[in-house]
Amino acid sequence: MQNFTPVSALIGGLLIGAAATLLLWLNGRIAGVSNILRGLLAWKSGDSLWRVLFLGGLVAGASLCYMLFGHVPLPRPDFPAWLLGFGGLLVGYGSSLGSGCTSGHGVCGLGRLSVRSLVATLIFVVTGILAAYAVRHLFGVY
Amino acid sequence: MGASLSILVAGLMFGFGLAVSGMTHASKVLGFLDITGDWDPSLLFVLAGAVTVTAVAFRFVLRRPAPVLVEQFHLPTVEGIDRPLVIGAAIFGVGWGIAGYCPGPAIASLAAPSWETWVFIPCLLLGNLLHAYSQPGNAADSGAAALGAMGRPGGKP
Repeated sequence: MQNFTPVSALIGGLLIGAAATLLLWLNGRIAGVSNILRGLLAWKSGDSLWRVLFLGGLVAGASLCYMLFGHVPLPRPDFPAWLLGFGGLLVGYGSSLGSGCTSGHGVCGLGRLSVRSLVATLIFVVTGILAAYAVRHLFGVY
Repeated sequence: MGASLSILVAGLMFGFGLAVSGMTHASKVLGFLDITGDWDPSLLFVLAGAVTVTAVAFRFVLRRPAPVLVEQFHLPTVEGIDRPLVIGAAIFGVGWGIAGYCPGPAIASLAAPSWETWVFIPCLLLGNLLHAYSQPGNAADSGAAALGAMGRPGGKP
């Protein structure tokens, strides 16, 4: 467990939870990134500005963090682009079909004590573990 | 104006939280999912921290008749475990376990994009569109109707 960073993980988690609370308390919206993004694809005036602002804030917040602390993510040199694209396709299709992702079901749905979100979260963690195992240990791709 | 600013601030905090916790690093996310490798439980701490806050705070927030700055809450209305939820979550998890990105960190990674960002995000959007266009009943007209059904029916992109 040499890469384990419990303190920064917990601080980040608390900030994410606080951000989701702020959005629901002030604006009545669920901070589920896949649904926010999906709604933007169906561009409707009056329903798009808040989505753009939230996603823009997401990028600005990450920028601020990199400016303050560095530690910018680097691309993996040996990871095949086609495999990354295939993963993206599944993430997009699956989060649309399943009505949410890690933030919508994980952070917000569990916070609302939603059984649907609990089931979804357990399922995607399990299939995520299986897929990561296959990619890394059966095919040796890192 | 106040509402817009608060949404931007919420997004900013969310993005900062994702970056500071290391979740914008695909290899760190995969370090959690790869339980047979050099396991990194950090993601569990991120989720635990976030859900502790939301589970406590949402109770109080949702007791209000309405949010502070707008007229009503926009909450999911679907209940019960159905096939789309189970199959969708399973497919999502496979993609997440392959790539190491989910939508939040993928968007946040636009802060310092690499080739991974430019491959992942278009494919993510393509996946969204593929689902929207494959909606039964909406296929004949266009995916715009399927996408519009997420908010106002018939909305054009």
